[in-house]
Amino acid sequence: MSEATRNLIIIGSGPAGYTAAVYAARANLAPLLLEGAVTAGGALMNTTEVENFPGFTDGIMGPALMESMRAQAVRFGAEILTDDAVSIDLSEAIKVVVDGSGNRNLAHTVILAMGSAYRELGLQNEKRLSGHGVSWCATCDGFFFRQKDIAVVGGGDSAIEEATFLTRFASSVTLVHRRDSLRASKIMQERAYSNDKLKFVWNSEVTDIVGDTEVTGLQLSSTVDGSVSELAVSGLFVAIGHDPRSELVKGQVDLDDEGYVMVSPHGTQTNVAGVFACGDLVDHTYRQAITAAGTGCAAALDAERYLTEHVS
Amino acid sequence: MGTATTTVTDANFATEVLGNSKPVLVDFWAEWCGPCKMIAPVLEEIAAANDGLVIAKLNVDENPITPGNYGIRAIPTMKVFKDGKVVKEIVGAKPKSALLADLAEFL
Repeated sequence: MSEATRNLIIIGSGPAGYTAAVYAARANLAPLLLEGAVTAGGALMNTTEVENFPGFTDGIMGPALMESMRAQAVRFGAEILTDDAVSIDLSEAIKVVVDGSGNRNLAHTVILAMGSAYRELGLQNEKRLSGHGVSWCATCDGFFFRQKDIAVVGGGDSAIEEATFLTRFASSVTLVHRRDSLRASKIMQERAYSNDKLKFVWNSEVTDIVGDTEVTGLQLSSTVDGSVSELAVSGLFVAIGHDPRSELVKGQVDLDDEGYVMVSPHGTQTNVAGVFACGDLVDHTYRQAITAAGTGCAAALDAERYLTEHVS
Repeated sequence: MGTATTTVTDANFATEVLGNSKPVLVDFWAEWCGPCKMIAPVLEEIAAANDGLVIAKLNVDENPITPGNYGIRAIPTMKVFKDGKVVKEIVGAKPKSALLADLAEFL
């Protein structure tokens, strides 16, 4: 199927993709945004209250924030496709993005905003017991662990946020962390330490998940002396971080050792002319909704400048 | 605009699902579940295009008994019931193409 060449295709939603769409649409670039078949809205769709997005005095629910950003992009004429980009060709001046229905979408510029995906422990029983006690979404699944003893593995902000949230339902939440202190921000740590239902197991790794048809316990190994112990829980929430979702463009744009898309200093230009990247896909350091939105804006402005100089 | 999916509850689960002569996919969902909302339109499309499979939605907030009976620990979870028995289970949101592949034998 051959179609007209667009100015811009944005791949990925979340704060970066939607903000890029708002700016590009408002600049009359009529962008096409592929928001993802099941990942539309990005990581914030699995959160509850966002307390630190400027402008929302009393906080806002993550999904509500994403719905507003999406509606704002649509208002200015962005075309949104609830589908994945399944393959891409960035080798020519006109870029080709193939969507999940097999349609070829053409554009002079592409903004990559695929974000990141949660990391798995990589244990044999993890997949098998997924949905039967192993979960990556406290806001979705915490509800099913009323009056149960459960565990969270991880030590960063999202682990603490999940653990704290889960104490609303569970009788106890044990946080398993492989170090002896938390990486999480001070405010999150204080909240965690003052919560009676939260317990901590330090210097330990989850080395097996035990259970026949559902989770009954964890095997923990000490990172200090290798000693092995069992923790009886009926649920495990995995919050050990995220990896950039750069698989789509691997081999076509430069990635660093950890798979993040590399961009020009203080900019969003990748090593391929006309291809820009933003949000968690490029960000090792900050990984906030507001910084993703900021780089999404920058990517749209960079794409607009490129189009003015090279295309029209 | 009507919906192609139906709604089931704890009260009518036995008649509408277990006693149905057609296979029934039950989507266990809740308002506060982001991934559940993402697959909702996909399930509507599949329901509209397929007469042979009933697609029923069960709100776990309003109906605590059935999710308990079937050991639901995550949503979205979709279970296909045939002659009163679970014959297929799908955990988590998936793209339409993957759902269609999982459900091919019932469509």
